[in-house]
Amino acid sequence: MTQRLQTRRSFLARAGFIGCSLAASPLLTPVSFAAAPWDTRLVVIILRGGMDGLDVVRPVGDPAFAGLRPKLNDAAPALPLDGYFALHPALGALMPLWQNGELGFAHAVSTPYRDKRSHFDGQDILEAGTTEMTNARDGWLNRLLQHVPGVTAETAYAIGIGDVRVLDGAAPSASWAPNAKLKISPQAVRLAELIMEDDPALHAALSEALMLVDGPAGAKAPRLKGAHRNIARFAAERLRGDARIAAFSQNGWDTHRAQQNNISRSLVELGETVLTLKEELGPEVWGKTSVVAVTEFGRTARENGTGGTDHGTGGVMIMAGGAVRGQQMFGKWPGLDEASLYDRRDLMPTRDVRAYLAWIMHGMADVSQATLERDIFPGLEMGDNPNALL
Amino acid sequence: MSFKPELAEIRFGYGLSPRLPPVRSIDTMLQAVSSPDQGASDFPIAGYDALAATTMVYNRFAKHARQNPETSEGEKSREKANALRDETAFVNTKWFAATHLRRIHGQQNFRERLVAFWADHFTAQGKGSLLRFGTSGYIEDAVRPHVGGTFAELLSACLTHPIMLQYLDQEVSVGPNSIFAKRENAKARGLNENLAREALELHTLGVGGGYGQTDVRELAELFTGMSRGSDQRFRFKEKLAEPGAETVLGKKYGPKAKMDSIFEVLQDLALHPDTAAHIARKLAVHFIADTPPDGVVAHMQAAYTKSGGDLMATYSAMLEHPLAWQVPAVNMRPPEEFISSAMRALDVPASAFASLDLKKTRQLFFTPLNLMGQPWQSPAGPDGWEEADAVWISPQGIAARLQWAFSTPKRLLDIMPDPREFAHHALGATVPKRVAFAASAAETRAEGVGLILTSPAFLRR
Repeated sequence: MTQRLQTRRSFLARAGFIGCSLAASPLLTPVSFAAAPWDTRLVVIILRGGMDGLDVVRPVGDPAFAGLRPKLNDAAPALPLDGYFALHPALGALMPLWQNGELGFAHAVSTPYRDKRSHFDGQDILEAGTTEMTNARDGWLNRLLQHVPGVTAETAYAIGIGDVRVLDGAAPSASWAPNAKLKISPQAVRLAELIMEDDPALHAALSEALMLVDGPAGAKAPRLKGAHRNIARFAAERLRGDARIAAFSQNGWDTHRAQQNNISRSLVELGETVLTLKEELGPEVWGKTSVVAVTEFGRTARENGTGGTDHGTGGVMIMAGGAVRGQQMFGKWPGLDEASLYDRRDLMPTRDVRAYLAWIMHGMADVSQATLERDIFPGLEMGDNPNALL
Repeated sequence: MSFKPELAEIRFGYGLSPRLPPVRSIDTMLQAVSSPDQGASDFPIAGYDALAATTMVYNRFAKHARQNPETSEGEKSREKANALRDETAFVNTKWFAATHLRRIHGQQNFRERLVAFWADHFTAQGKGSLLRFGTSGYIEDAVRPHVGGTFAELLSACLTHPIMLQYLDQEVSVGPNSIFAKRENAKARGLNENLAREALELHTLGVGGGYGQTDVRELAELFTGMSRGSDQRFRFKEKLAEPGAETVLGKKYGPKAKMDSIFEVLQDLALHPDTAAHIARKLAVHFIADTPPDGVVAHMQAAYTKSGGDLMATYSAMLEHPLAWQVPAVNMRPPEEFISSAMRALDVPASAFASLDLKKTRQLFFTPLNLMGQPWQSPAGPDGWEEADAVWISPQGIAARLQWAFSTPKRLLDIMPDPREFAHHALGATVPKRVAFAASAAETRAEGVGLILTSPAFLRR
């Protein structure tokens, strides 16, 4: 909460100057600002609800797998990846990316969160990037921004109506939804800004809204079908410009029952999101882009009694983009025999998901390992470089 | 400094009305919760049974249509089913209107706020063509009558309601050793721990509470049997129930009659010290500030414990504590409360809602609420809406509030109020200087009203 307020306050310094002259907004005249601090692009998708990694990327080569999930596997036959693992058919639209080396997966990963299996704490830890629950509310992407030079309020975007906390914190960042609009008279704008001066947090939000609502022409393109596509297009539009980071979330992964209906819908959306990003970014920017999708936890190794799975531990992280060294599986496979499971029920995590994220940030933004382990993901030991980037 | 009439309406109700006087005392506020329910009789909302009955008819038509595809008979049934679905979607807009009219025209708004608070604490949403409109009926049956009772009563009513049993998958959970599981080995179904986990984590002890995975599992086994019949109402299905006793938090339940054991465990969970702490804090966070004064929380927790989880005693402890009134107005009004309070300040008449069809209700309310970040009755998960103020201060959310405040009031009223007077209707005796200036400097009445409604003094309480 305090952290968030600080964000808004630090933004306020800029907002004040914009209040004097909206035309001088860096968003309207990007050339007036120094070039962005680095040239690669990072898209972070938070998958809320606990994505079932064992269903999305199935270890069909593991002798115990078939017995754990007789019904789930039968309901939707998978597409072979590397012989040992196979991809859920609803993500089939991304197979060309896999074949093209632009899609990879890290399996048996998790955050350090254990045992209580709460969505809400699990998501908080995932976005905070910490080892355990703390009261601090800043996110790891924001701490990255705090450690690279030349960051402006448009270097990173949190996109959508839902709350994305991974960008919360003291470094400036922008937040917007592609379907937001604001049509009021210039006089009303002036008076609204005046009234809000009593309240720094609200004033900063208003100033940001006033800047973003008149965004580039692309914002006025006809709406695509599905909110997720519009979010992806908006992200791409920003990333083609001065933005380097975009973060948003996708719901719909809490598949306690009728999993094949529900997870398929979510996977199709996720696939469309990635393909929209690729298309809208264009080949050149896509070539510098890494898209990572992470979730708060995986789900039980066994299917439950209601055609679904319950909250678990280890899961899968998805990596896509022209900057990714794809067509391969990362991570050490723990096995699925009962003794190898975590708590005899969940996929055993063999690596902290933050290690992959840290190595990607190390490669993309040239942040030192020491900074990553101390400040961005406190308490993390990054270990060997998985070389997930080209 | 403690009780103040205007603050009572703003902080603990839906703000001020230009026509209705504010409450006179803490006693009046509490009596508004315990006396006959005026809002429910002035602006009725059907309970869940009505929807259950319609759903049965709908299901019959839909099934007949499925079984007779591409025949004129099947086509007729499909049309009838669709008509029922459309009618229910329309009636749902009337439930939306009634929910807000109670707040606009009521004088028991502490009750209305409590109903919204507990409906959120026990978030549940139906699924399916018709049951997705089941939230209003659920609130009317399971939440509203119990907000002045004990927490155990409220908990039991919510966790045994068909909409909750459907929402958190309890209705399909099968005891591993139940008659059903033994008999139907071929399509073995089993336990689903969704409701049991949320009952401990969200509804009672809280995520920091002293429970573990084994408690979740045992409670899930204890809950088996609670389900929904083909009449869409609660039904205890003995065949699904796990036989034998279960141990939750060290205490053994059963093997006697299952529903008795379930009510017993809910009673015990309600009285658990972690629950007292969790509930006291959550109420204080909601009504007072994200970081409420420890003194208020401790006082409420003590009252909860001493009274055996009596909610009136807990509310009373909050209201009688001077700090509940002294903390400055920092809490953001969440979007739905924001539009209710705006319409109360504007004194929007019931007739303004009478002519709204589904399309207009979407335009004026549902879509704006989506953009503000609070789609009506549709939080993303069982943890309901965020209490943290920062969540409600996003640029896109503030833009959506401005857009609504500038454009919607003039579509609800024949005559817009003079902004200089309206500032007092909305904010009370003390109007901040900048707001007073803006109210007089605005180019139109609609803009003046919009500016007042989006002033920090109105957005926070």
